[in-house]
Amino acid sequence: MAAARRTSSLVSRSLPLLRGGKQINGGRGMYRYSTAAAHENPITPPVSVQYDKLLIDGKFVDAASGKTFPTLDPRTGEVIAHVAEGDAEDINRAVSAARKAFDEGPWPRMTAYERQKILLRFADLIEKHNDEIAALETWDNGKPYEQSAQIEVPMVARIFRYYAGWTDKIHGLTVPADGPHHVQTLHEPIGVAGQIIPWNFPLLMFAWKIGPALACGNTVVLKTAEQTPLSALLVSKLLYEAGLPDGVLNIVSGFGPTAGATLCSHMDVDKIAFTGSTDTGRIVLELSAKSNLKPVTLELGGKSPFIVCEDADVDQAVELAHSALFFNQGQCCCAGSRTYVHEKVYDEFVAKAKARAQKRTVGDPFKAGIEQGPQIDGEQFEKILKYIRFGQEAGATLETGGDRHGTKGYYIQPTVFSNVKDDMPIAKEEIFGPVQTILKFKDLNEVIQRANNSVYGLAAGVFTHNIDTANTLMRALRVGTVWINCFDIFDATIPFGGYKMSGTGREKGEYSLKNYLQVKAVVTPIKNPAWL
Amino acid sequence: MAARRISTMLSRSLSLPSAATSLGRKYGMQRFSSAAVVEEPIAPSVQINHTKLFINGQFVDSASGKTFPTLDPRTGEVIAHVAEGDKEDINRAVSAARKAFDKGPWPKMSAYERSRIMLRFADLVEKNIKELAQLETWDNGKPYQQALKSELPMFVRLFHYYAGWADKIHGLTVPADGPHHVQVLHEPIGVAGQIVPWNFPLLMFAWKVGPALACGNTIVLKTAEETPLTALYVAKLFHEAGLPDGVLNIVSGYGPTAGAALASHMDVDKIAFTGSTETGKVVLELAARSNLKPVTLELGGKSPFIICQDADIDSAVEIAHFALFFNQGQCCCAGSRTFVHEKIYDEFIEKAKARALRRTVGDPFKKEIEQGPQIDSKQFQKVLGYINSGIDSNATLECGGAQFGSKGYFIQPTVFSNVQDDMLIARDEIFGPVQSILKFKDIDEVIRRANATRYGLAAGVFTSSIDTANTVSRGLRAGTVWVNCFDVFDAGIPFGGYKMSGIGREKGVYSLNNYLQVKAVVTALKNPAWL
Repeated sequence: MAAARRTSSLVSRSLPLLRGGKQINGGRGMYRYSTAAAHENPITPPVSVQYDKLLIDGKFVDAASGKTFPTLDPRTGEVIAHVAEGDAEDINRAVSAARKAFDEGPWPRMTAYERQKILLRFADLIEKHNDEIAALETWDNGKPYEQSAQIEVPMVARIFRYYAGWTDKIHGLTVPADGPHHVQTLHEPIGVAGQIIPWNFPLLMFAWKIGPALACGNTVVLKTAEQTPLSALLVSKLLYEAGLPDGVLNIVSGFGPTAGATLCSHMDVDKIAFTGSTDTGRIVLELSAKSNLKPVTLELGGKSPFIVCEDADVDQAVELAHSALFFNQGQCCCAGSRTYVHEKVYDEFVAKAKARAQKRTVGDPFKAGIEQGPQIDGEQFEKILKYIRFGQEAGATLETGGDRHGTKGYYIQPTVFSNVKDDMPIAKEEIFGPVQTILKFKDLNEVIQRANNSVYGLAAGVFTHNIDTANTLMRALRVGTVWINCFDIFDATIPFGGYKMSGTGREKGEYSLKNYLQVKAVVTPIKNPAWL
Repeated sequence: MAARRISTMLSRSLSLPSAATSLGRKYGMQRFSSAAVVEEPIAPSVQINHTKLFINGQFVDSASGKTFPTLDPRTGEVIAHVAEGDKEDINRAVSAARKAFDKGPWPKMSAYERSRIMLRFADLVEKNIKELAQLETWDNGKPYQQALKSELPMFVRLFHYYAGWADKIHGLTVPADGPHHVQVLHEPIGVAGQIVPWNFPLLMFAWKVGPALACGNTIVLKTAEETPLTALYVAKLFHEAGLPDGVLNIVSGYGPTAGAALASHMDVDKIAFTGSTETGKVVLELAARSNLKPVTLELGGKSPFIICQDADIDSAVEIAHFALFFNQGQCCCAGSRTFVHEKIYDEFIEKAKARALRRTVGDPFKKEIEQGPQIDSKQFQKVLGYINSGIDSNATLECGGAQFGSKGYFIQPTVFSNVQDDMLIARDEIFGPVQSILKFKDIDEVIRRANATRYGLAAGVFTSSIDTANTVSRGLRAGTVWVNCFDVFDAGIPFGGYKMSGIGREKGVYSLNNYLQVKAVVTALKNPAWL
């Protein structure tokens, strides 16, 4: 359940075409992976699509233009549903509704405890509809159903309970003054929050964004990724059932360059939070600079090192390095995508990592026991195959995989490269797919320097039994999360975010509240103070 | 007394001595006291020892060899020629700061050692307080008594405050949902770029440098081209106090060259800017186009000062006067929209006018002077332009309205009544000694009008009713609300803007966030005794 990304690009609007990627490398399909469900008939999802309109001011409405766009099943590239396509005019309507709900509505004026109860009721409703929500998530995104139903949707409920608990614990401070003044700080809701989320974890990213914004008393306009619009509409309906006042949460399905850009540029939006690619994050920040200087939170790309030291438990490191990279089809911003292995254990590690990748089960994500479903769409699918070719051309050793899996949809074989060098594109750029790149290192200072030699700084994994090594690496790595002898631990309380060009700000944990609060200092003179 | 405008990246118009204008002379009234400007200016008894760039612990010439003049606002004459830093100098300074951060002793020494260096620095500033206050007044034009008795002591107080924070930057340990040990480290962010304005050169230095150093960062600071002198002096003192080379680098220069190079630099990990909203937008864009460095902005304002029917009028008049005219009106948080309840409006106007007429204007080195010259001819002309705009739009000019004297950039304390919300003088930041007084009827109305601005920096509220005070202080969308007071700037009080007045907070515990990265560290736990 790693973090997020790429989607909803403001830069390019290439909607995946039905046949996208079909012809690529079609001839070289190897079938040594188990459960090749992709050429069987896809399992029919046990859910129907009930909501395909925009959700504005508490009502499902058509787009102002009347336009729709298709959302596709990544298993087949076929249309799941036609969804209302929000545009600038719809964003304007949604922002007006959110503005009114903030300036005049009950939401920021009710007690924190009342807001809390609504969020708790919402978490209960999510639990009640767990399987239905999970099925919709898998259908739209392609991730294993077991992952959706057993991990991600329960974690959405957990995150909303976490933030429900924060509502009545947003304390301001009283502040010692230098003279006869009484000083207090109020932590106020920031106002109308604009939020743009990616396709890789549609509901978890919804929870990371909506949870703190609502806990702090704000109203929200959220744009979903054009690849995965469905689950947000379903759960938002549940949030209104739980008692959310109209206009507090507005969902606009649509594309980055139209709906997304309008939201970022809007003069009545007080804050914007974006999860996606570094290139798009840059545009979001520029649009804020050119409009009203709204504060921006960015959760962007990564090329996270996973460092396996000489003294590590190799079998455990192999397993976790595998999951750090391949989890969610490799579509995680914090994927452990540079696996640095000490030279003394390198050969053993590569052999075991290869064997583990070959055991990975790829196929219809609705099938039990499947570890890996299809990539999200034809664009991503082709991009990953291109990086695999780059790896081969650059002289890295292709240990396994390297091609599409099956003949239909966007499945890719679990791929492992060894003998990867730091300057190869596969070691520098974010691939966002099931491609593990294994590099060799000699000593700690060298690996620190190489690990930090990246524009990114999102996360890192460290495997060692030695407390000195762990402590040295933990401080020296310029990244927002360091997992030691573990990876992808995403508890609600643990802050997540990037150093350097991986982003600005932190989500989850106490830190996430700052993104949605303004600080107001209030100062009054005190007459005859008993103390100062 | 926050900050602003200076060091604009947009225009580089250096004030010329000859530009002192004849605009507005037709209103030239001489009823203000102590017209020292026609006398010879008092000569400051301080020498200018430092005019070069301060990079890696050394005073050095700019790479280009260029200099620019810094002027005395009393006369428009040259005080000194100062090395003009450019892109190449910023690059040199960033390399020095980078090296000091990545390899130098500063982030690696104990917080207590950093704290002691900052305390020693504060002591040295105190020891040199008179020279520094004189230099600040000479370069900026603010009253010497204000520099000496208020600003310099506050500078010292701020470094004591931040020295105390150095060993109190706590991370957290965090309850986990499973068998994991979770801790959060608050790490220095790295090389901080900082751009400070001319209105409070030393105080803005303290607001920026204090938290950055307390958190263990290294710095490249660009001063305003109008006021480069005092920062160089104190940087020297900081090294005497034991600051390692390269930790604090000072580059004098202009916005479009040095400032833009700093904001765009790929090796700068954070940028903090105080100045105009327009320049703040440029800074944020440059961060977006380069390495997405986090940006703190402290920008313009048009802060309402609301006087309710039940307020103590005499105290409100005095504090409203001070809220606007302090520092020649050159405060980003100036109370520049004085909203007065209709029942006391006429009385308030009379008293505000009388107070403005009593304001003492003249050579800032002279005792009892309340108001010196504006910073330069550009600002001087801009302020007179707004006065003319007020007259043209039919606001009532109660007093002032023209240049004061005939030399330098002095302006008469000016009061407008019958100001309407849509007049330029009620909407734009004038940044000069021009008070605009508006009338209101009820609280809901004044809250709505006070909030109808792109700015949200500060506000003043005068009332004896606790209900009114509570309603207004929650209702106003502003970063600071002063109730029955104004311009209280204790080190512990956070300062910053809502809306287009900025992003982030300076001073107080909040200011540390700007200079820290948050790193979550998670370790697998075997057989935990508790979770």
